[in-house]
Amino acid sequence: MRDLTLTVRKGEIFGFLGPNGAGKSTSIKMLLGLATPTSGEAYVLGMPAGRVEARQKIGFLPENFRFYEWLTPAELLHLHGRLCGVPDHILTKRVPSLIDLVGLTPHINKRLQNFSKGMLQRAGLAQALVHEPDIIFLDEPTSGLDPLGRRMVRDIIRAQRDRGATVFLNSHILSEIEITCDEVVFIREGEVVTSRDMRKMQEEAARVEVRAKKLTPECVAGLSRWGDSVEVDEERLTMTVASRENLPDILRFLVGSGAEVYQFTPQRLSLEELFINVMGEDRGF
Amino acid sequence: MGVWIMAGITFREAARKKILWTALLAGIGFLLVFGIGLKFQVGDFRNSGVPPFLRYQVISAMLMIGLYTVDLLAVVMTTLTSVDTISGEITSGTIHAIATKPLARWQILIGKWLGFVAMSGVYVAITFGGTIAEGYWIGGVMARNPVYGGLLVFLECVVALSVTFMFGTWFSTLTSGVITLGLLGVAFLGGWLEQMSGFTEGSRLAMVGIISSLVMPSEAVWRRAAFEMESPLSASLQFSIFSDISIPSGAMIGYACVYLFIALGIAVYHFSERDL
Repeated sequence: MRDLTLTVRKGEIFGFLGPNGAGKSTSIKMLLGLATPTSGEAYVLGMPAGRVEARQKIGFLPENFRFYEWLTPAELLHLHGRLCGVPDHILTKRVPSLIDLVGLTPHINKRLQNFSKGMLQRAGLAQALVHEPDIIFLDEPTSGLDPLGRRMVRDIIRAQRDRGATVFLNSHILSEIEITCDEVVFIREGEVVTSRDMRKMQEEAARVEVRAKKLTPECVAGLSRWGDSVEVDEERLTMTVASRENLPDILRFLVGSGAEVYQFTPQRLSLEELFINVMGEDRGF
Repeated sequence: MGVWIMAGITFREAARKKILWTALLAGIGFLLVFGIGLKFQVGDFRNSGVPPFLRYQVISAMLMIGLYTVDLLAVVMTTLTSVDTISGEITSGTIHAIATKPLARWQILIGKWLGFVAMSGVYVAITFGGTIAEGYWIGGVMARNPVYGGLLVFLECVVALSVTFMFGTWFSTLTSGVITLGLLGVAFLGGWLEQMSGFTEGSRLAMVGIISSLVMPSEAVWRRAAFEMESPLSASLQFSIFSDISIPSGAMIGYACVYLFIALGIAVYHFSERDL
């Protein structure tokens, strides 16, 4: 890590993005007290990262969750609940509802050794929620899950936010991040490259597709003032613009340059496109 | 509270390991063979003209050999079952779900240690107690201080366990297992060298043995246990191979206890400081 500075607001779903080796898992480990930074400081819930008191209010789903295979999901949740200091009489009620929440009720009597990877992830997600934490760190929570499982995770994440919890989400599946997160941060080589408020992203960068005749080289060159990635294929032109506010200016410029515009279609820039724009070409992602 | 939860789950985890059941089967197999051998020996004595005094000494020597076998089985079982509990869970990532709970790292490690201490205790109670019982019911002999002897065997297991934990916080499962078994081998050899030095009063050989015992005091603890359990007459006649000519002192047992806690302390410190 190198000069990583970021703030996560209470009650938001925070996406943590970056290519392989960017330092995402290391950052989470430092915030959870699993690794010690050589310099700098980090606070979780106002307490120094790694404090036992802070961990009382933290839930964590590690990537590729694994645990003692001879436990059933209920035993797993009871164990983790007791480790978090949840009284037995509360666990007796909460554990079955959590198992139901993650869709494992039909497998309640199976041992973890008979679970698929996706089922283990579901069990791991439930253990992260068993003490109703204030902040939940999820490291690749949809890993191994089918589409229904992914939707279930999305719903659970939103439900956690709705009850006031903060969710720190590390995922490679950008489409998941895009529809789930309130804010995302992109990191590379241990540094924050940029951040985006996903609630405002629709107002930000966009891709526009134009179908027009009489597109002169001067006209195409002139478009570069509003954005890069201008590509022309006969009568079809696509480009990425920095802000949707520029779209009327671009249309006026095209018409003013003599182009005969038949179609002008703004498209929202996907997070994946934004990711590639921010990170550059494939560098190991 | 967290310590006891960890101890409980570790005990249950250890009780499911194949190596434990293999060692337990080996122990039961040993008890079976030992009991049959003892019965045959007693029967043969009954049909022979061997004086009762000599019979008693021979059966006592057999009991000591039996107890030594149990001692070796218990120490090796303790080492092999516990060797991956720290390093293995770090490698697999299992530890991440535990270490992020509101527990201090020392609670995790001490809880795990207590779980294995309990498991070793049960194993020693079954195999050591079984051997003592067979000696008494079949052979008609009783160790001199069976409880103290049993506790010393248990101490030896806990020393090996603490050393295994210490290396487990540093190295991979395989490496820490090899180092711990290597140290037990050094202690074994050193103990016998020291024993041999008693025949010639060779101080140089004795020194090699003492240094080996200081590096790993497990075998010295066993030799003290053997001294405590052997009949005084048998010891003075040096009737069996465990009739110790160079008896580890009470200070060596104290040293083994200090050694154990230092190893455990290092394990706790390193586990608390390291990245997981």
